[in-house]
Parts: sequence; C-alpha cells; structure tokens
Amino acid sequence: MTAAISFRAATKVFGTGRDAVRAVDSVTLDIARGEIFGVIGYSGAGKSTLVRLVNALETVTSGEVIVGGQNITELREPELRKVRAGIGMIFQQFNLMSSRTVAGNVAYPLKVAGWSKQDRKRRVAELLDFVGIADKARTYPGKLSGGQKQRVGIARALATSPSILLADEATSALDPDTTQDVLTLLQRVNRELGITIVVITHEMDVVRSIAHRVAVMEQGAVIEHGAAYDVFASPRQRATQRFVATTLRDRPSPEVLERLRHRHPGRMITVSVREDVGTGVDVFAGLRTHGVDGAIVFGGITEIDERPFGSLTVELGGDDAAIEALIADLRQTTDVHDLGTAADPRDVPWSAAAEAPAPEDETTPAGVGPDGVRSGGVGLGGVSSGGDAGVTRPFGGAR
Amino acid sequence: MNRDWSELTPILVESIRETLYMVSITIGVGGFLGLVFGVLLYATRKGNLLENAFVFAILNVAVNIVRPIPFIIFITAVGPLTLATIGTTIGNDAVIFAMSIMAAFVTARIVEQNLVATDPGVIEAARAMGASRLRIIVTVLIPEALAPLILGYTFLLIGIIDMSALAGYVGGGGLGNFAIVYGYQRFNWEVTFVTVIVIIGIVQLAQVLGNWLARKALHR
Repeated sequence: MTAAISFRAATKVFGTGRDAVRAVDSVTLDIARGEIFGVIGYSGAGKSTLVRLVNALETVTSGEVIVGGQNITELREPELRKVRAGIGMIFQQFNLMSSRTVAGNVAYPLKVAGWSKQDRKRRVAELLDFVGIADKARTYPGKLSGGQKQRVGIARALATSPSILLADEATSALDPDTTQDVLTLLQRVNRELGITIVVITHEMDVVRSIAHRVAVMEQGAVIEHGAAYDVFASPRQRATQRFVATTLRDRPSPEVLERLRHRHPGRMITVSVREDVGTGVDVFAGLRTHGVDGAIVFGGITEIDERPFGSLTVELGGDDAAIEALIADLRQTTDVHDLGTAADPRDVPWSAAAEAPAPEDETTPAGVGPDGVRSGGVGLGGVSSGGDAGVTRPFGGAR
Repeated sequence: MNRDWSELTPILVESIRETLYMVSITIGVGGFLGLVFGVLLYATRKGNLLENAFVFAILNVAVNIVRPIPFIIFITAVGPLTLATIGTTIGNDAVIFAMSIMAAFVTARIVEQNLVATDPGVIEAARAMGASRLRIIVTVLIPEALAPLILGYTFLLIGIIDMSALAGYVGGGGLGNFAIVYGYQRFNWEVTFVTVIVIIGIVQLAQVLGNWLARKALHR
C-alpha cells in the first residue's frame, strides 16, 4: 500500500546567501494511510513548514513530496488547488473568517468546490452535528470560545471529505480540558472517517495521547521517528528525552533524590514500567516471593499511544541477600536502576541529561550533520529530569 | 436678510445638488479605482497573494507622488489630461475628473492600510481550501476588512467634499463656489455661515451613516 504522504529528501530553504535558513532539511519520511502521525519539536524546528509542504502552501526547494501517490512537486498552481481541496487543515489560531457565521465558514470550502446551495446546506448541518455545535450555526466566530472555534475549524476542514487532515498546533491555544475534547474529536475523525491526520505540536501530551507514530524535529531535520511508544519509551536523542521529561517526571531528579534519601535511607531502586515488562504486578510479586519490604517513594505511570509507560522508585527493606535476589529477578524482565542507599549512594544515570548543556538556538541550522542527525545524545534510557519547567508529579501522570 | 434669502435659497439648493453630484460620482469612480489600486498595492507586496515587485513599486511611487499635491494645483496640473479625456478643463465635469484621480490615489493608500490589518492566517486558511487568489481577494480579504474599509471610505467622502469646494476656481459650482461668490465676495457673512452649517450637516450625516454601517459589518 502506498503511503498517504511521502517526503523524499524534502528541503525548504528560506532566504538566500548568508541569510538562508534551512527550515526543512532533507526530510525523508512516510506517513501511512489512516494513521495519526505526530510531528513534535520546539518552535523554529521546522515542523510548521514541513506540514505546509504537504498542501503546497510552501513548495520544496529540493526533494519531493508525494501525496496520495501523486508527486506534487511538479504541479502548477491550478492543479495544486485541487490537491489542497482534498486536504483539510486546522490552525492554532483557528483562522475563521470573522465576517461569516459558523455555517458560512463551514460552507466556504464547499462553495470553492462548486457545491449547490442545497447540498451545502445539508452538508454543513451534517458537519456541525458531527463536531457537536449544531446550535451555533448562525453565530459569528467572535462569540465562540476557543474550543468551539476549533470545532468549527475541524468541521470546515472536513467539509469536502478530505483524506488527509493537517493539524498545525491545533490545541496550543486551548486550555487543558478543551485540549482533551479536541483531541478526542480528532481521534473520532481518524477512527470513524478513516482520515489520515498529521499533528504538529510542541506539546508532548498531544502526541502522547493520540499519535500512533511520531517524528521528532530539530533544526529542520527529523532526528528520530517510529512508533510513538518506541520513540518515547526509549528516546535516543536529547530533544526527545526532553519532551518525554515534560510529560512524565517519573524519575527523581538529583535534588529530589537527595530529599528522598533523607526520608528513606534504605536501598532504593527505580523500576521501569513498560507495556510488556516490569508492571507493578512484577514488583509486588517479587517483594512477596523474596520476603522483602517495599514502599513506593516516587514514580509515575502514564500512557503513550494508549499503552502504559513510566517507572516506580521503591525503597526496599529486609535481608540484603534477599534484596539482591529480588533485584536480579526484576532485571530479568525490566530495566532496574540501583540507587544504592543513603550511606552508599549511586548516581542516577538520567542526571547526565539534566546536566548536559542546553541545545543551541533552535532556529539556527548550525550543528546539524549532513544526515540531519545530531551527535551526542545521552546514554541508556536516560530521561531528562532537569529542573526546568514543569512540576514533579509523583503518580501525577497516571490516568 | 429676508430680501436676500428668497433669491439665494434656490441657488443654495442648486449648489447642494451640485456638490452631492460631484461627490457621489467621485466616490463611485475614484473609490472604485482606489479599491483596485489599494488591493493591488496590498497584494503585490512581498510575501502576499500576487507578489510582484514591479507593479508594487510603480503603484507605490505613483501614490506617493500624487497624494501630497495640493488639490488646487492638481486641478490645473492634470489640465491637459482632463482636456484630452472629457474635452474641457472648466466646469463641474472637469473638476469631477480631477477629483476622481486624486480620490483614487488617496483611497489606494487607505484601502491598503486597512487590508494590511487582515489576519494572514485567514488568507492562508482560504488558500489551504483550494480557493484561487482572485476568489480569496473578493470573498475573504475584502469582507474581512469591510468594517475598517467603510470607515476609510467615510473619511474619504469627507475629503472629497473638501476637494469639491474648490470647483468654483475652474468654473464649477457647488457649495464652495456658493460660499465664495455669494458670501465672501459680497461681504455676506450670513451666507458663509449658512453654507458652513449645511456642509457640517452633510458631513455629520455621512459620518453617522458610516459608523452605523461599520458597526453592522463588525460581527463582534
């Protein structure tokens, strides 16, 4: 089966000479039909430009973009308009026409596509019903809340029954509750209508809750991509690790660990919780089998792509030999980090990420290798838990 | 004064009629041309829908040259063009011709400035829906900027009334001519004051109407 969208060494350069910025740098990527594909990156990483290459709001400087089997790189404006009409797009600022009512906004793409007035009326009613704002048809956008505006945006984007929906930071201007509502709606769009969705975001929670597969962008390049669960459960690149750290601070930072050791001087271990390994059951069963006391002192479990992910930090008490045997047992099934005891502490492997220097300004293309992969990630399964934005939420991410 | 007014009233009424005639033709012709020029100025600017450095530069320079010329000088300066186009350089029609040209360039700037404030995201959304550039200009750009455009045209209307007062200098009529000929030149202050009050009335009416329409166009 051909991919819904294929990028082949797609590159977009803005400006010329010394001012030239490689907004998208040699991206090769396939987005399959019917999936929700997340593109995550900090602002200036090039993700908005990448998504605009799909509907040719921006055109590539070199490389190719293939949409639905059609190479759109060679198309001229009138043909591109047809391609665009088959791709829906929603925006961070909703971009509704303030001079038209909700129904007028949703009807606009149908007018462009040449639908009759009667058909438009029927379709608009159907769409507003689908997104749950049928009662707002005659209201002007200025009177709607953010969440309602985005629903109108989604209805408008779906009007001509596109096969692809592009969501450019579609929830970034919404509060957390509304964000969840809109994400749930996008999930429905994907499941009930079978529409391929490309979600551009800088918010890890968005990708975590709906993306099947994900690409992480930095300085115009895709630095890591794959199944959302795999990418975030074992992030290889530092940017990815930082994103994971924003969604779940399940591992104690060195400062937190310092306090923990004060309260819990005994042996502490951090056990990874994954879909297939190291579930809470394993930990508790192990404790029972080996006759070891255990107290959960830190941790968190959340979901990525609807599968469990996180870790538990446990203080162990009892016979030393039994503790060693338990740790050995757990190591059979999952990652275990031995934190030692207050008297004999061991370094946390993930603190390395926190101490690493901050990445350079994301808008400058410097520092990217020819293959677009940044060198110098951090070691083994380390999750950054630096003291930057966000709060420590023991179990806070569990849902 | 009573002796005068029985004679003057019909002339005043005729002057009002002439002013309204000159102003309405000018706002129709000049306003429409100005809308086209203004849209082109906006759309040909770098990064916009019809990006075209050449057209933009020509229009931009033309507007900058014409706009600052005092209108009384402009009427005579476009004389040859007026003669070539309508066959005379005197009378109301000659003034209307000059006013329309001036109004077109003034309007171009007003329109451009109001379009610049349009949210580029809305334009992008329309492009993403597959709308053509011309369709976007007519069905998105102008409707989205309608309220400020109405206020801009109200401002323009008042400027045109101002310009029309100079018609008397080249053999035209209207309220300006009335005030000069029957007021100033005959030392009749009363006529001048009455004319001023009539003009204030017309301007107020235009402004109230413009504000009302703009508010209706603004769906907030």
